[in-house]
Amino acid sequence: MSREGAVNAAIVALLLVVPVGAWLADEPFIVTLATRAVILALAGVGLNIALGLGGMISLGHAAFFGIGGYAMGILASHAQSYEPLFNWPMTIGGTQSMPLIWLVAMSVSGLAALMVGALSLRTTGAYFIMITLAFGQMFYYFAVSWPAYGGDDGLSIYVRNGFPGLNTLVPVQFLAICLMLLMLGLGFAAMLARSPFGLALDAARQAPERVETVGMRPYRLRLMAFVISGVITGLAGALYADLNRFVSPVMFSWQTSGEIMVFVILGGAGRLFGPVAGAMLFILLEHVLGGVSEFWHVYLGLLLLIVVLFARGGIIGLLAGRQVAHG
Amino acid sequence: MAEPVLATRGICKSFGAVTACKDVSIDLQAGEIHALIGPNGAGKSTLIRQIAGGLRPDAGRVILQGRDVTALGTAARARRGLARTFQVSTLAMEDTVLQNAVLGAMRACGNPYRVFGRALAAGEVRDRAEAALARVGLQGVAARWASELSHGQRRQLEVAVALALAPRVFVMDEPMAGLGGAGSRALTGFLDGLREEAPILLVEHDMDAVFALADRVSVLVYGSVIATGTVDEVRRDPQVRRAYLGEEA
Repeated sequence: MSREGAVNAAIVALLLVVPVGAWLADEPFIVTLATRAVILALAGVGLNIALGLGGMISLGHAAFFGIGGYAMGILASHAQSYEPLFNWPMTIGGTQSMPLIWLVAMSVSGLAALMVGALSLRTTGAYFIMITLAFGQMFYYFAVSWPAYGGDDGLSIYVRNGFPGLNTLVPVQFLAICLMLLMLGLGFAAMLARSPFGLALDAARQAPERVETVGMRPYRLRLMAFVISGVITGLAGALYADLNRFVSPVMFSWQTSGEIMVFVILGGAGRLFGPVAGAMLFILLEHVLGGVSEFWHVYLGLLLLIVVLFARGGIIGLLAGRQVAHG
Repeated sequence: MAEPVLATRGICKSFGAVTACKDVSIDLQAGEIHALIGPNGAGKSTLIRQIAGGLRPDAGRVILQGRDVTALGTAARARRGLARTFQVSTLAMEDTVLQNAVLGAMRACGNPYRVFGRALAAGEVRDRAEAALARVGLQGVAARWASELSHGQRRQLEVAVALALAPRVFVMDEPMAGLGGAGSRALTGFLDGLREEAPILLVEHDMDAVFALADRVSVLVYGSVIATGTVDEVRRDPQVRRAYLGEEA
């Protein structure tokens, strides 16, 4: 096993041992914290495909996170109130089935990513950052001013949505679902990185002219990656809303985009387990430092500064050294 | 004469008041090496960019294997068999030598947008990439990072990536740039054997290489072709001597 493989295995072990230990010790709060880390990690896995592999610095990924959240909120609130979503041309009601909600969340965020990506990927550099930020803010203000679904106050869902055969209200069972999805997400990201598409996308980040001269279009590669990235982040959004049983426009805010990006970079952008390590550290810092000072973001900022200046590969880079060629 | 593999017809390009190409028409026939020479700023690189697809001409056409490709982008021209090497090595430096070569071979066999399966899996793509590396003598460093290669090896890898495309025509922008005498001679020998496979449009400052390789030479000065002919014809041309070789007429 390579050194990075060993580090990744250790992270997976930690993700399993901590919550199981907490569950046995009857500490549901820690299980919930772990669930939060797992869900944020999944959002990060999504962003990492755009940011790490594709080199697209998207400050608008909260849009997809929020769309996933609102997909859950809207579907579940209709199921809760027994009001159909719409009556024409046929009556479609809400649902509290997680798999169905995930499907809707992924489809809608994928469509949104296609739209946002198709427009913003015509620009590069600072313009790309600004235009993705603008799209994110557009979704944010739309959510704020949508009274049917809570507007500024957000939407509360009283009962967590269901998954066949499991009691999702038991924290450790909900964690198991999230962990399973994170593993699937990581498996998919690993497959993507090794695939012809991944090789071309990674090359398009480094030398777009080279990719063009071998017959591929960087725009198409980036757009595909952006959509895949949006779909995964959207799924994480639906889970996050289910964890809190609450959605609000905050999920769409640019601070959310920034937080996801911060922990992906902390963990190691472009590294498979970078977002996982980053999300775990982020939650740990939030919990530990948040107890010391409400201005804990100062320390987070300091840490980010150190990582960006001295440890370019993030935590994974620090522990596992330089990336080995993906065979 | 047979229909040229690659041709430009009346290419014009200006940047503001500066005319980079003025009515440039050149032909590249099957089996030949056609060298494009000219002093710095003559418009060679601008012409190459218009031929490869990175830059749209103001007027004129680019014809590849009898088809007008002027409206097509770089990627579409590459898919139609045009392989280009860059003056400054343009490689995926964070990837291995083999990965760079595979990138070249991917489009020609199989779907490069495929998200399943391994890019480096054994098979046609990898075989072709390895064969291209072996031909330029880089098989021993296939597993190394492109960033670890010497300048000369990077130049070789540029050629290998182009080879892996199995192209119909090569457009090479100063492949000898920065190579020492030995490296330059080795590459000259290699390109000499390559012309049978696909003709080469060669932009080059290394006159020894040009005189050794070129079947025909076109001289570009201030965006215009002032002479086209064999090496001897061009060397004797008084206009060329005056404009380019620096001799007072």
